[in-house]
Amino acid sequence: MKLILPLLMLLLFAPLLALSQPPPEPVPPSPPAPPVVAAPTDVVAKDTPNDAGLSISVTFKPSTDDGAKPPKITGYDILRSPAGKDSFEVTGFSPRVTPEPVGHFTDSSLPRDGVPYVYKVKAVGVDGGEGISALSNPAQSGQQWFNTARTNALLATVLFLCFVVAFVNRARSGKSLFIRRIAGLSAVEDAVGRATEMGRPMLYVPGIGTIGDIATIASLNILAQVAKKAAEYETPLIVPNYDPIVYTVAHEVVKEAYLEMGKPDAFRADNVYFVTNDQMGYAAAVDGIMVREKPATNFFLGAFFAESLILAETGAATGAIQIAGTDQVTQLPFFITACDYTLMGEELYAASAYLAKEPLLLGTLKAQDLSKMIIVGILILGALVTLALRSGVIINMLNVG
Amino acid sequence: MDRRIPLTIVLVLGIIMMLQFFIPSRPSETFFTDIFVRWGLLLYIFALIPSVGSLIRHHWRKLSARKQGWAYSIVTLIGLFGMILIGFLDREHVLAKVKAAGLFRTLFLNVQVPMQASMFGILAFYMASASYRAFRARTLEATLLLVAAFIVMFGVIPFGAFVWNKIPFISEWFLEVPNMAAKRGIRFGVGLGIAATSLKIILGIERSWMGGGGKK
Repeated sequence: MKLILPLLMLLLFAPLLALSQPPPEPVPPSPPAPPVVAAPTDVVAKDTPNDAGLSISVTFKPSTDDGAKPPKITGYDILRSPAGKDSFEVTGFSPRVTPEPVGHFTDSSLPRDGVPYVYKVKAVGVDGGEGISALSNPAQSGQQWFNTARTNALLATVLFLCFVVAFVNRARSGKSLFIRRIAGLSAVEDAVGRATEMGRPMLYVPGIGTIGDIATIASLNILAQVAKKAAEYETPLIVPNYDPIVYTVAHEVVKEAYLEMGKPDAFRADNVYFVTNDQMGYAAAVDGIMVREKPATNFFLGAFFAESLILAETGAATGAIQIAGTDQVTQLPFFITACDYTLMGEELYAASAYLAKEPLLLGTLKAQDLSKMIIVGILILGALVTLALRSGVIINMLNVG
Repeated sequence: MDRRIPLTIVLVLGIIMMLQFFIPSRPSETFFTDIFVRWGLLLYIFALIPSVGSLIRHHWRKLSARKQGWAYSIVTLIGLFGMILIGFLDREHVLAKVKAAGLFRTLFLNVQVPMQASMFGILAFYMASASYRAFRARTLEATLLLVAAFIVMFGVIPFGAFVWNKIPFISEWFLEVPNMAAKRGIRFGVGLGIAATSLKIILGIERSWMGGGGKK
């Protein structure tokens, strides 16, 4: 009886208990696995050549899904770990590679040189999938003491130096060196004479380059020669400057030229001065000088940019003889149009030697000409080889890394 | 002054800088950035002192002697000292007390920048007058220049392509082939000229930069 009563109770309430339980929730379907993308292959790591260290270059063959349309991958995560450890961290991202056959990545975030690292490249799928490459070879970074990509430049410099020394020695031995006539430079003497006859000053504008520009240094060399002629004829020479360092050098150059010509009293320190290092402000100031002082001769020699035409046209309007020269190819047409004489490119650098007529300086001009002939010869040879053999071997020799 | 000192400095530093170009290591880079670049900056700052001094002296003497255009010297000196003073006061927040904070910037943006733009704008008119002179077909060369310029200009405007769809290609050919060839020829000369001038100065062959002829 004792057993029958609980059993009856159980039978009676069991259906009720079953009904009172909440219905079992349906098991959610597991999310679909991200589509797998093909992994990159052939990952190779090596020390970046010709650098200051702390850098390893990684190359890899791209995933076969790279270049698919629509795109299947966004790019590649580059993973790095010290060799022998499995602590990979993302060190950079490389975009899709195709159509290039090989992907390149330069890891420049290395903490120190001499530690071997291994790399993996992970293709990152558009839908979140990924494909990870096998390990690369271990590589360690280091700094180099000679940039082998610049060997050609070193050889060319040494060769050029040899030419300079040879021609300078030739000039020292008394052999005459023929230099073609440069009209703009031959006109300097006449231009100074004209200013003297008219009783007007000369204006010398050394451009808006800094002392780090070789064109500015070439201009200062010419200034020395012009200042000597100005001192000889006692013609006022106005030199407004754009750069403070150029001003200090120009001031000394003119002062020394007057001293050398034995006319230190004729030197007017106020005529060589700094104006501003604002490009258009400088152009406005020089324009003002041309309009007010009416110089008989204007020299625009050095590095010029957008202000070249503003200066040259104003000078032309004042009726001055204008001799210009710059190595800025884009400004040459403006000077040619608005000036009486224009020194084009290398003529600017040859001017000092031409005016000084010193054999040693003329020797360097001959070395320059010989080097130019060699370069032209290499270019013609390179063009012929490229056309005939479909090989850029000669032209590639001229690449400087 | 004995010129051997500057010549030696130029020779030593010139050779070091030349070698630096071929040495990519860290000491070489440090030498370039820490010594060359920073010293250059220091030199610039020190050079500003005599430079600004020369500007003041030039205008002051012009003003004293009442030379032609002396009134412009007043504008220059007021501009120079005014901007220095306003710059200092603005930086020390003195102008903020008189509700004129940012006056330096305001003057720069509303006075100097429009003046610069005006000067640059003049270039358009000068270009027109220079083009007129260059394109006068008086000689064969000038005629060729005129024809080439006409084609190039016609090729870069939509009307050129509208008239004949080959015009833009011809225009591009002019720029990319004959024009580029001439440019490269000049650049070769410039490159060699730069190398020659540098070597002349480093080796002490060219001494004009020291003034006079560089005689001791």
